[in-house]
Amino acid sequence: MNAAGAARWIRHTAHLVSADAERLTRLDAAIGDGDHGLNLDRGFTAAVAAVDALPGDTTPAKVLIAAGRAIVSKTGGASGPLYGTALRRAGKALAETGGDELDAAALGAALTAALEGVQELGQAAEGDKTMVDALVPAVTAYEAALAGGADIAACARAAADGAAQGAESTVPLQARKGRASYLGPRSAGHLDPGAASTALILRALADVTMEGGGDAWSGSS
Amino acid sequence: MRKLINAPAGVVSDALRGIAAAHPSLRVDPVGGTVVRADAPRAGKVALVSGGGSGHEPLHAGFVGHGMLDAACPGEVFTSPVPDQIIAASMAVSGGAGVLHVVKNYTGDVLNFRMAAELAEDEEIEVASVVVDDDVAVEDSTYTAGRRGTGATLFVEKIAGALAEEGAALAAVADAAREVNERSRSFGVALSPCTVPAAGAPTFELGENEMELGIGIHGEPGRERVAAGTADEIVDAALSAIDADMPLSGAEVLLLVNGMGGTPLIEQYIACAAAHGWLAAHGATVARSLVGNYVTSLEMAGCMVSVCRLTPELTRLWDAPVETPALRWGR
Repeated sequence: MNAAGAARWIRHTAHLVSADAERLTRLDAAIGDGDHGLNLDRGFTAAVAAVDALPGDTTPAKVLIAAGRAIVSKTGGASGPLYGTALRRAGKALAETGGDELDAAALGAALTAALEGVQELGQAAEGDKTMVDALVPAVTAYEAALAGGADIAACARAAADGAAQGAESTVPLQARKGRASYLGPRSAGHLDPGAASTALILRALADVTMEGGGDAWSGSS
Repeated sequence: MRKLINAPAGVVSDALRGIAAAHPSLRVDPVGGTVVRADAPRAGKVALVSGGGSGHEPLHAGFVGHGMLDAACPGEVFTSPVPDQIIAASMAVSGGAGVLHVVKNYTGDVLNFRMAAELAEDEEIEVASVVVDDDVAVEDSTYTAGRRGTGATLFVEKIAGALAEEGAALAAVADAAREVNERSRSFGVALSPCTVPAAGAPTFELGENEMELGIGIHGEPGRERVAAGTADEIVDAALSAIDADMPLSGAEVLLLVNGMGGTPLIEQYIACAAAHGWLAAHGATVARSLVGNYVTSLEMAGCMVSVCRLTPELTRLWDAPVETPALRWGR
């Protein structure tokens, strides 16, 4: 994984979020206040601009930290601080590993750091019907694939599949955190919009690692 | 969607330009998203900063002025402000005596204000925060997001603002704000949904003879959908829910009958009469009343009833002079 790969992840996420903004907003209208797609679209658009403004000799760590800062600055709502913190923590974990090219193990450590950041800030546990319900199975699946000797693309694909299944698992749940919790039992029967957008972000990761050829992200953006 | 707007994306900044034009007593940054008292910073005075999503006007920008807030940071419609805005507002009003952040209890507001408070402390501004969570429609629990901040936000901002204007220290102002929150409860009812401009469609569908009980202020559905009732029945539902959580018998109360944005004042006064009747019948004395659209949810129809159990000191601070676009007396 190099800086161009990390930048492609942010750009591809922005593209997927923009294409899916209406669906995310519709999911949010059912159990929240109907602006999740709009807010994330604004946040990731700002993240792309921040990443584009970085100098050419940047690192994957700096790319994710810049994207995270922009998301905190421009998104608002709970998703701004949560996704912004997730990316900044992931970037900081990569900075500790160092280097311009990062392997599957380093990316796994970054995803784990992102999850820890989200849980620390949002205080949500699995089963609360939040983005954590997509992020935990994603990290678990990534680590399992890594332990089985999978390359970075296969690990990322496992994480994306885990996140998608985790998002689906929120449908029957009654929300205990976030705005959906105000609906009480009426929040059950709906897909959590935060879990849905987390699944999109991990799908973007799987897509760009696959383009990169499997062993590492490479090529220009 | 029929709305008096130019473009959905410009709703907040266009409205802020209007607030700037109408109220020379305020310093408005329509792009940065801050509304500040023109005479800020005031040396030695504790500054009050609040903020939240837009769409609740006059909350919060309409409460900026003498005896209430020093600054407001309006976010996008129904979306909390970002830390940059909150820091900019805090720095603009900091007079060396500290800044109190008044935060409504929504995850987004709490997280963005928390991030801003940490960054403000890097600028050597002392920040205290009080979280308003007065809505009894939501069950309180340490395992959930907890209750929403709604109508009592006005009580907190007015009373803590009065104490700050008198020169009280940050800890005292924060304690007063917490005391008001602890002594206040609210319950809201919706008779129609509202439409977020950028979304373009109503937040929920409601049948001709239905209403939503236990709503918040973001166009979200409430806890329960029931058959529409009379003003007396609606007020009974609201005050019964409040009374079950915070007994009102024997109390001297401050009453807010708050329009949600789409209900005419004549109907709000009908609800006010019902509330006075209900409170008298249940052994409470209404010492002060306020009726009008203060904490709104765009064009949602319906009302919210908020009650604060007063003490002589809280009554004195409520009566203290205030001069803001939306609330003014005594000066």
